[in-house]
Amino acid sequence: MSGSIVQIVLNVNGIDHPVTVDSTRNLLSTIRTEVGLTGTKEGCDDCECGACMVLLDGQPVNSCSYLAVQAEGRAITTIEGVMTGDQMHPLQRNLLEVGGVQCGFCTPGMILSASALLARNPSPTTEEIRIGLSGNLCRCTGYAKIIAAVERTATELNA
Amino acid sequence: MNFSTVTTIDEALAALAAGARPIAGGSDLMVGHRQGKAPLPDSVVAIDRVADLGHVVQHPDGVSVGALVSHHTIEFHPTLAQLYTGLADASALVGSPSTRNVGTLGGNVMNASPAMDTGAPLLVLGAEVELRSVRGSRRVALADLWVGPGRTSASTDELCVAIHLPTRPPSSGSAYVRLEYRRAMEIAVVGAAASVTLAGDGTITRIAVALTAVAPTIVGIDGLDDLIGRPVDERLLADIAHRASDQARPISDLRATDTYRRHCIGIMARRSVDAAIRRALGQHIAVPVNRALGIGAAS
Repeated sequence: MSGSIVQIVLNVNGIDHPVTVDSTRNLLSTIRTEVGLTGTKEGCDDCECGACMVLLDGQPVNSCSYLAVQAEGRAITTIEGVMTGDQMHPLQRNLLEVGGVQCGFCTPGMILSASALLARNPSPTTEEIRIGLSGNLCRCTGYAKIIAAVERTATELNA
Repeated sequence: MNFSTVTTIDEALAALAAGARPIAGGSDLMVGHRQGKAPLPDSVVAIDRVADLGHVVQHPDGVSVGALVSHHTIEFHPTLAQLYTGLADASALVGSPSTRNVGTLGGNVMNASPAMDTGAPLLVLGAEVELRSVRGSRRVALADLWVGPGRTSASTDELCVAIHLPTRPPSSGSAYVRLEYRRAMEIAVVGAAASVTLAGDGTITRIAVALTAVAPTIVGIDGLDDLIGRPVDERLLADIAHRASDQARPISDLRATDTYRRHCIGIMARRSVDAAIRRALGQHIAVPVNRALGIGAAS
């Protein structure tokens, strides 16, 4: 199928980025290559692993399987957008503190899924955290410490 | 690819009449494209911002679910989860939270996968799909919509605008269960949905069972009318399991052999009927049944 080149504006982490892309281009490679933010990872490229997770208007979306042109006009949040100034997001800090980061490849997606979960459900049960992160694969940690970091963050945020 | 975005149903219908194909969440279209299974169409119209396709409306004849209503919305919608619980069971099992955010009921129905989770519950609940084009509008029963794997009887200029669910009689329950190897990002190995209505004496007054991933389309079990008036007992459940396995026409693929599917579809069918009966009796079984009753993959 022949492509066609289009000019769009993507709002990533509150900043408008005019980009020129083929209309069939996915959001993941557009963010990484055209916007230049490489925190969003390509894992399976098949909507299975969640390494490419971003938030679209606050909702987690696999950016590998989403058209860049369809994201125009929506607020895109990547891992680069979760810090406040030089303060880490509580999920980032807690993942580091409890040892929930090993190779780090799944971490951006985990944090975005977990932040969307906590925004919707500030006091999730362990089972709800497991379901909330069920679209994010980690091949290092065995998940226990990732879940612990989310629980710890929820406790902090509710204190 | 020619790409446009529309915000009204009429604009969407005009685009389809001009040859465009609709995209909503894109979770089927984009994955198929990136896997090399199916190239993206030459012309695509994004319908995800058509507000009129995003509503759940309750009316005297039942509930209408807009084509853009997401699996996430269905899972947590109080009316749908209470009256059409089997549909909520299915939506709650689709993919992962991100898939359930972008994945729509209309997309699931029109993609016509024989393994789609929402198909069997919609079939037993008696759902009809409303197709609209610049030529007019029509309602189609789901059994007449799905004609093969990935194929529907809809014309290319027709847009699914809503799925209509008829009113539920009192003392009714529904459920969807599936055999799965993992708890997320899974496709049904086999699945079954049941809808049951009970009389005051506990006998069956209405029953429908449909099967997932054992035929070229989602299929209902034929010839259940002789179960009307029967009491709910082990014989009834065993009878349903036998009929499900007998009527299944499964294939072998990387997820299961036809022999294993034929065996397991009986078990899933009886479990779906059992859960639907318990719900009809007023027992609370949380959505989705797979998690509530520990069916399928362990945690």
